[in-house]
Amino acid sequence: MTMSINIAINGQKLTVPEGTTILEAAKQIGIEIPTLCHLKDTNEIGVCRVCVVEVKGARNLVPSCITKVTEGMEITTNSPKARKAREMVMNLILATHPKDCLTCDRNGDCELRTLADKMGIRKIDFGAPVKDLPLDDSNPSIIRDSSKCILCRRCVSVCNEVQKVSAIGLINRGIGTTVGTAFDRGLADSPCVFCGQCVSVCPTGALTERFNLREVWQALNDPDKHVVIQTAPAIRVSLGEELGEEPGTIVTGKMVGALRKVGFDKVFDTDFTADLTIMEEGHEFLQRLTEKGKLPLITSCSPGWVKYVETFYPEFLDNVSSCKSPQQMFGAIIKTYYAEKYKIDPAKIYTVSAMPCTAKKFEANRPEMNSSGYRDVDAVLTTRELGLLIKEAGVDWASVEDSQFDQPFGEGTGAGIIFGSSGGVMEAALRTLSEVVTGKELKNLDFKGVRGLEGIKEAEVTLNGQTLRVAVANGLANAKKVLDGLKNKELDYHFVEIMACPGGCIGGGGQPRPSTPDTKQKRMEATYRADKGLPRRKSHENPAVQEIYKEFLKKPLGEKSHHLLHTSYTPRNK
Amino acid sequence: MGNCCCGGNCQDARLKEILEQYKGMDGVLIPVLQKAQELQGYLPEKTLRTIADYFDMPYSEVYGVATFYAQFRLIPSGQNVIKVCTGTACHVRGGQKILDRVCSELNIKPGETSADGKFSLEPVACLGACGLAPVMMINDSTFGRLTPAKVSEILAKY
Repeated sequence: MTMSINIAINGQKLTVPEGTTILEAAKQIGIEIPTLCHLKDTNEIGVCRVCVVEVKGARNLVPSCITKVTEGMEITTNSPKARKAREMVMNLILATHPKDCLTCDRNGDCELRTLADKMGIRKIDFGAPVKDLPLDDSNPSIIRDSSKCILCRRCVSVCNEVQKVSAIGLINRGIGTTVGTAFDRGLADSPCVFCGQCVSVCPTGALTERFNLREVWQALNDPDKHVVIQTAPAIRVSLGEELGEEPGTIVTGKMVGALRKVGFDKVFDTDFTADLTIMEEGHEFLQRLTEKGKLPLITSCSPGWVKYVETFYPEFLDNVSSCKSPQQMFGAIIKTYYAEKYKIDPAKIYTVSAMPCTAKKFEANRPEMNSSGYRDVDAVLTTRELGLLIKEAGVDWASVEDSQFDQPFGEGTGAGIIFGSSGGVMEAALRTLSEVVTGKELKNLDFKGVRGLEGIKEAEVTLNGQTLRVAVANGLANAKKVLDGLKNKELDYHFVEIMACPGGCIGGGGQPRPSTPDTKQKRMEATYRADKGLPRRKSHENPAVQEIYKEFLKKPLGEKSHHLLHTSYTPRNK
Repeated sequence: MGNCCCGGNCQDARLKEILEQYKGMDGVLIPVLQKAQELQGYLPEKTLRTIADYFDMPYSEVYGVATFYAQFRLIPSGQNVIKVCTGTACHVRGGQKILDRVCSELNIKPGETSADGKFSLEPVACLGACGLAPVMMINDSTFGRLTPAKVSEILAKY
């Protein structure tokens, strides 16, 4: 049983459960103690010292984020001593921090800047030289500006603990300490999978996505270019946050309306190729099942996961579905089928994709992603960049009216939408597999066992007397557990869905900040709400999917599919 | 120390021996790095990768530890090791100017080795010869009451 602890904060008495930190206890009575390095459940190391408070009888000030309350503790959060110490810490951090806030990527949502403001810091007391360290722009996804790093170590914790990639760590010592890769090279030369979870938790502008907005504007302003955009399932439940909406608001119609105003020639729905993925991957699964091929089949939609398996578990590459991700299928289809059907020169088509993801930028740049004869996807924007694009274009979000996606790729099913949440690809696949295998209509479409934010989910489904064991993992530490279990034969599944980011794409590295468990939960619920509200909830019922098979692809796993929709993988060095 | 006796794979074999001594043990990275450094006088990238792979540790972690401790070298030492004192007494007597002169003469930064492999440079906290400040040592010889001009003269003799 948890004990109750009696304490007093700023003279106010309260009782909290044993194990509560001072920070959490203060929050309960409406006192917000400033924090910087703290990231609940992930980075609880108390290194920045911004959260120090005074405890009666204690020799020193204590960091409230990691100090648990004890019986009779008397805490003062705003004593002169505590305030002075906090201000000193901020002063020391700010002294060496670059002062280019006006043009910084985090202008507007920088945690350091917000905190300096909240703490009333109006002058920096030290004249130390500003940090001036080389920029790491070695890769298509993530830019690291160590000059702006305050060494809070959130990124390191996320990379080491949540993702088990350990591409970055603290290197050197004392004043020379930086966050860096092994041998201090760029991320391109490291095992980084470009998931962007580090970007998602960075409190400053030290970690950002590589911006591709400039290229997109150039294409939009080029009268010769036919510019199309596809928007990922997980964007419609998160883009609103960039534009002042509450987390979990579904903004599909408004998003389409806004993108039309920005000037895209066509606004398409990635749900279409999510449905197409289910057709291809579902048949790939059945083929492996009936022909005794390699099982479990593991999904391949998440490019961070794909790079992870290529780097750390190449022995599983034959288990990974050969299906390209929906983004890449879309690019290949636009510059072939769509170009032919609408008689547009594919050389003049510019495809943009809006994704909740930083690894998608890497994926679009993979050398093999040119099966249309051109670069299949020309530019990838994160949800954050998409929000910025709409703002830059001067579109007044509040007055934008709902609009529909363009045909022929405006039809998406509920199955496509739930791709955005961990478990969604599995559920979508099961909906289609059930009907394809049994030939009967599936009555209950909700496979609730695979839903939710839990790291690893398992379920069993019986089709025509055969029981299929499936698993869903999100976050690469969980993926690692599943792979290790499969490797030493402790686990045995037929079908596994893996997403690199915790929660799946709704928690992607390109999503609005902050991406807390609470906001992720709300985005996730929104994807299932959107699914429920659609007339079609099974991928194989998507009329656009049926049409493309009839007119162009002929059949799942056919020759055209093989060429345009499937790919192969590359073992990589750590 | 580093005297190869079997041509070619000797270093690899000796590194393997070291690793096997610590097989399956936790918290042994520092002694392993120390022993591995004895083989060649520094820790080449390949050695760090081999150690990380053997203990199934991330490269970033092994590199982080190796760069944290001053005792580990990641580049070969020069034939002559220069230690310039940056301690308090030397500092007030112009130790920084001595260090700057060594850097500019050899075209290296503190912690580096000159391109010809002749010198490496290590700033140190105190050489215990404060009465002679500012001081530097080259190998076992101590040079005191230095001026930048004297530094250039001394270096020219090596």
